Amino acid sequence: MDMTQAIILTIITAATPLLLAAIGELVVERSGVLNLGVEGMMIMGAVAAFAIAQLTGSAGLGAIGGLVSGMLFSLLFGFLTLTLVANQVATGLALTILGLGLSGMIGESFIGLPGLKLAAIEIPLLSDIPFIGRVLFSQDPIFYTSIIAVFGVSWFLFKSRAGLRLRAIGDNHSSAHALGINVVRTRYLAVMFGGACAGLAGAHLSIVYTPQWVENMTAGRGWIALALVVFASWRPGRALIGAYLFGAVSIGQLFAQSRGIGIPSQLLSALPYLATIAVLVIISLNRRMTLINTPASLGKSFVPER
Amino acid sequence: MKLVSCALRKNASKLGESERCLSPGGDVENQQSEIPLLETRGLTKIFGSLRACDAIDLAIAPGEVHALLGENGAGKSTLVKMLFGVLDPSGGEILWKGKPVKIGSPGEARATGIGMVFQHFSLFEALTVAENIALALDGKVPIEKISDEARRLSLDYGLPLDPSAHVADLSVGERQRIEIVRALLQNPELIILDEPTSVLTPQEADKLFETLAKLKAEGRSVLYISHRLEEVQRICDRATVLRHGKVTGACDPRQETPSSLARMMVGGEVATVSGAGLGEPGEVLVEVQKLSAPARSPFAVTLKDVDLTVRAGEVIAIAGVAGNGQSELFDVLSGEVTVSDADSIRIAGVAAGRLGITARRLMGCSFVPEERHGHAAVPNMNLSSNLVLSRYASDRKTFLSGGWLGLINAGPVATATKRISSAMDVRKSLVDPMAGSLSGGNLQKFIVGRELDRQPRVLVVNQPTWGVDAGAASRIRQALIDLAKSGSAVIVISQDLDEVFEIASRVAVLNEGRLSRPEPVATMTRERIGLLMGGFHDGAGHPQPEALHAH
Repeated sequence: MDMTQAIILTIITAATPLLLAAIGELVVERSGVLNLGVEGMMIMGAVAAFAIAQLTGSAGLGAIGGLVSGMLFSLLFGFLTLTLVANQVATGLALTILGLGLSGMIGESFIGLPGLKLAAIEIPLLSDIPFIGRVLFSQDPIFYTSIIAVFGVSWFLFKSRAGLRLRAIGDNHSSAHALGINVVRTRYLAVMFGGACAGLAGAHLSIVYTPQWVENMTAGRGWIALALVVFASWRPGRALIGAYLFGAVSIGQLFAQSRGIGIPSQLLSALPYLATIAVLVIISLNRRMTLINTPASLGKSFVPER
Repeated sequence: MKLVSCALRKNASKLGESERCLSPGGDVENQQSEIPLLETRGLTKIFGSLRACDAIDLAIAPGEVHALLGENGAGKSTLVKMLFGVLDPSGGEILWKGKPVKIGSPGEARATGIGMVFQHFSLFEALTVAENIALALDGKVPIEKISDEARRLSLDYGLPLDPSAHVADLSVGERQRIEIVRALLQNPELIILDEPTSVLTPQEADKLFETLAKLKAEGRSVLYISHRLEEVQRICDRATVLRHGKVTGACDPRQETPSSLARMMVGGEVATVSGAGLGEPGEVLVEVQKLSAPARSPFAVTLKDVDLTVRAGEVIAIAGVAGNGQSELFDVLSGEVTVSDADSIRIAGVAAGRLGITARRLMGCSFVPEERHGHAAVPNMNLSSNLVLSRYASDRKTFLSGGWLGLINAGPVATATKRISSAMDVRKSLVDPMAGSLSGGNLQKFIVGRELDRQPRVLVVNQPTWGVDAGAASRIRQALIDLAKSGSAVIVISQDLDEVFEIASRVAVLNEGRLSRPEPVATMTRERIGLLMGGFHDGAGHPQPEALHAH
């Protein structure tokens, strides 16, 4: 494996959790719900995946456990904001704080243990392609899931009737209700999908990226995913570009730091954020399209009049 | 679709026969023919302590256009929301073809055979026309075919639509077409239209009436909600009148006079507004020349070369269909948005294009924006605070003390609030209630009164009587005329043609950000205004190439 391949592999590993979490949140926000608890759901996914992998001895079960725990955690958010109509911003923030604290408590006994790594799956034939084969087709299942999720969500949102309903709810929940679309049920499903994605993204951190448990190991990735959704103007393809750009610049600046380029390291550390924001802002310069893509009822609580 | 409409037509002709048979006096046929398509008995809806609908009895016969008349807040919308399954009734029953039904959701209403064209809040701006239509269908038609189906149906009913256009880019009239086509795709037997013409030009309204006639000819029934008496008399077979949630009359609108219908609606005589006594206009107070302002958002309108001269003692009305630059024009006239060329707006001879609202207020101008809540008034503050918020600068000497501390003088503010309330007959339960707790009409009277109270030299009002009951509307209009009589210049931006003809001395029409030359109201006709509204800038039916292109 040569240097370039190694770099690309690192970039993919760095980008996958961001992409997964962003795609999940994108669906949630398209339905008009703003869940700021991505970081919390991710860290819950990370600790659950690590713990279940330890206890069962199977990293695969760990990944599934991470996904399920993220989903369950998001159900708490759904219950509070959709059923009890609590404020979405405050609830999301609380979810993050709760997740960080709860995961620290659960994970206390796992600190310092060597973790299990989720095995890569080599796709027959495709993985034999020179260069690309090793980079794209000999990866862990969570990477494949993240790519499938991008195309799946894209198809779902823009080609399927259920996706159309979801976008309609995000645009105007009162009209959607008047048309007879079940706003609350759809939003529950969207929130759960977002939770599952965030949970799996967290699992990626603790059983693929760095197979170990470290308190607060998401290190703000949930927030970056949230920002990516906005800067990608709620389009899955752009979220993919954004996540990989962020991953690439993060890895690139690490290299630059190790080579001792004469730029202050603080500035280099800020580079991924600046680059991602700059590129995605340029992509979404068309204000008309951005407005059309922005879910107009984002963050607004829905109480059906009866 | 063809099949069902045939069946409907057969049904209708059978009805006609039985009516003919019965004219000598056959009771059996009579009973059969009089089973209404939809009937409500004692239908009631209670919100807290308010009986929004109180024991409503309504019967709609097959193949008739039935009007539901009433003022804003009479309970019309609540009633149809119950019929369409959006609201649950608190009491009473709904019968469909003589059988009691429970309509629990809009989906059930559609399955029953009821279609609805909403007045507000039912299109999705971010979606395309085809997607909007697809959402209302229950999943049987494949999504790719909906475009073709929508195009075909829209042409059948003379309602041309481009299925791939985004709703956000369409005019209000076009949006309404989507709603109608969407309702028709479900092949309903009863179509409910909620205030459909309030947003249309007279010509667009005529088109709509043709479509309704076509629906009626197919044997469908129409429930037509309106507060416009003239069009109800023109197209409706029967009318049910609501006031304060109760039925106050059921009649054949053609047998009634507008004033008798108005009495049923309002429950008393409505004062007539008179523009008599507007003298010769005096000095020029507002001079707008070559005023252009770029659109500030993708959905806003660009103002192009607006010219307007307003003199002391006249009321200029600016007519036009919503979304043609009304709010943009108001914003630049009031100074909420400043323009780069200071000379393009001159107030009493002073270049004012770059002055803000407060500076213009200090020059003697007053402004009443369209939205009452959140723009003209803060809903969660009481009336006196709202008074101070708008007049703290112009009435600094009276309302504030303590120099730069700007302490509010409670006494004079309370006195002024009381004076305004009694001058405009603002009805309220407390001395100084929250602005948001007043009804639309009462709050509007207070807001207009708040500005009139300082005797402005120039008053600019946007939609002064939108959503205001008839009594309050006539009071507000008379107050505007009286202000002009006292020597001020008044600019009224209004979509209501009746209002325009009632109060204006000259009329100009705003279309896609262009303002037509103001003409004396005496020589203006509705047809001419309609043509100007539709972009025929010479007002004679010859479209300018550009205007054609825009449509």
